[in-house]
Amino acid sequence: MPVRYLLRRLVQVILTLWLVATIVFLMFRLIPGDPTSALIDPTFPATLRAEILRRFGLDRPLHEQYLSFLSHAVRGDFGYSFYYSQPVESIIGDMVINTVLLALATFVLTYLLGIAGGVLLAWKRGTLVDTAGSLVPLVFRAAPVFWTGMLVLMVFSYRLDWFPHAGLRTPGYVAASLWDKYASADFLHHLFLPAVVSTLYYMGFPMLLVRNSVLSNFGEEYVEFARARGMSEARVMFRHVLRNALLPVVTSAATFLGLALGGQIIVEYTFSWPGLGREIVMATQRRDYPVAQAMFLLLAVGIGVMNLLVDLLYGYLDPRVRLR
Amino acid sequence: MRELAEGLTPPVAAPTWRGRLSVLRQILFRDWSTGVGVTVIALFILIAALAPVLMSHDPWMINHRPNGSIARLDAPSRAHLLGTTDLGRDIFSQVIVGARAALLVGFLAALMTTVVGTTVALVAGFFGGWVDDVLMRIVDVAYAIPFIPFVIVLVSLLRPSIWNVIIAIGLLFWRSPARVIRAQVLSLKERPYIKAARVAGAGPWRIIFQHIAPNILPLAMLYMSIEVGWAIITESSVSFLGLGDPLVISWGTMLNLAFTTGAMQRAWWWVLPPGVSIILLVVAAFLVGRGVEEYANPRLRGEI
Repeated sequence: MPVRYLLRRLVQVILTLWLVATIVFLMFRLIPGDPTSALIDPTFPATLRAEILRRFGLDRPLHEQYLSFLSHAVRGDFGYSFYYSQPVESIIGDMVINTVLLALATFVLTYLLGIAGGVLLAWKRGTLVDTAGSLVPLVFRAAPVFWTGMLVLMVFSYRLDWFPHAGLRTPGYVAASLWDKYASADFLHHLFLPAVVSTLYYMGFPMLLVRNSVLSNFGEEYVEFARARGMSEARVMFRHVLRNALLPVVTSAATFLGLALGGQIIVEYTFSWPGLGREIVMATQRRDYPVAQAMFLLLAVGIGVMNLLVDLLYGYLDPRVRLR
Repeated sequence: MRELAEGLTPPVAAPTWRGRLSVLRQILFRDWSTGVGVTVIALFILIAALAPVLMSHDPWMINHRPNGSIARLDAPSRAHLLGTTDLGRDIFSQVIVGARAALLVGFLAALMTTVVGTTVALVAGFFGGWVDDVLMRIVDVAYAIPFIPFVIVLVSLLRPSIWNVIIAIGLLFWRSPARVIRAQVLSLKERPYIKAARVAGAGPWRIIFQHIAPNILPLAMLYMSIEVGWAIITESSVSFLGLGDPLVISWGTMLNLAFTTGAMQRAWWWVLPPGVSIILLVVAAFLVGRGVEEYANPRLRGEI
């Protein structure tokens, strides 16, 4: 792995994140509507008001606030939550784990089913299966993910009562250990519906990509050659075509993870999944800006790191892509 | 044969706006799926325009049953075609009037992002150098911002209104057309007819808007139709999260109420119609996009 390329990309990611942090800072400070309104009761005497502003550092000039915001954020200190009355970093931990677990489950399901579906469509190209199969992802793509979620909840949770409708665990469930906390049947039972709903939403993307990629590889000479050697169609598909066809799918994973992390908000909200995304919604509704800011930045960091990882992975998988 | 002849004649004359626009009709009705898409969109536009005539009730009105009680969560019936909400409002009328918000957000946001994205792409791609560098770094930053959180935070800070949703979408969504169309501009500006125009003394802006822009039109249209769909989904998502315009009935705010009041547990008639409307409109936009894509990308034309 070329070290210079790695360094350059790292610097790029850090610069971008710095700009995003600046935008976040400005967004919360400069926009009409007093960010302190959640904090300060209008009936408070002026001296108390000034004291609260001073304690949160909101009385200092903007550039000083900005510098202290940046220097604290770099150290993982996002200030004090107005709502929880706790340091923001102390409430974030579990939420990050929950969000990452849901995103990972979605990722695995999406790509397993997506690749399988794409191969099937390419195999049955030009038939009814292909036409119908290409339309289904289109419909799931167009259906807002919260609506699919609501339908699934209506049927499988409220009517049939097969799955819980909210949260991570059954209330009152006490995990014996950290392992038990996430590897338990109860947790998976809660994870199932949100993961399936977001998979339905995202699946069409790798599916159509694999289909087109496989089809365009079918025109290549090496496929003709493999067939001429008398290989079975299945062997040609899995041993030769699929290997080459998966490259664009790997890069698309970057876009996917970015989308999934940012878009997961809606799934988390629909299924009351206590993750970063749901917390952004709750925090903005409660005007708890330190929390909203922190969650926003964390999501941006997540997206930046994923993009970097996938870039590196792509260079590694396809030697034709030279990393410079 | 025609294609062959075209390939042999030296491509000196650039395609004109007039030529491109007549092509538009061919694109929109090139196959059945595109035709279906165009028809569905046209139908929704008609519904939105004729909403006052089509609505059976005032969508805000609290309706009563014959016995005088409020018609809370009534199932579909002759009196209320799609039933009522928990406050006794007529769902059929709300769905009809919701088409207005969806179309407004969809088309306005898409138009904004496409115009901005295309302009950025044309300028960055044509001038190159530091202009290109600066603009593309801005695009990178726009890509690094998580989209839905951005819209949520911005809309809630600016106060929920349909215009703020449009602005929030417009501020970020131009990133994808900007990136893709720029790549196309980079290849177009090396074509012989551009060089010919330059030799003939055409200024940079004339070349951009007279000679390059018409060639970008199919691609810009592709992005516009996709972004109509995305904008509608985004608006409904933001409204679903409770940040919709409280004074405007949209399909997203309807679903938000069905969800937060818990009525979704049994009132399927409150959940299905807005969702199906969103799907129909967005699928229609995507189908049109696909038709345009097949036109814009000749490689796809040969396949299937």
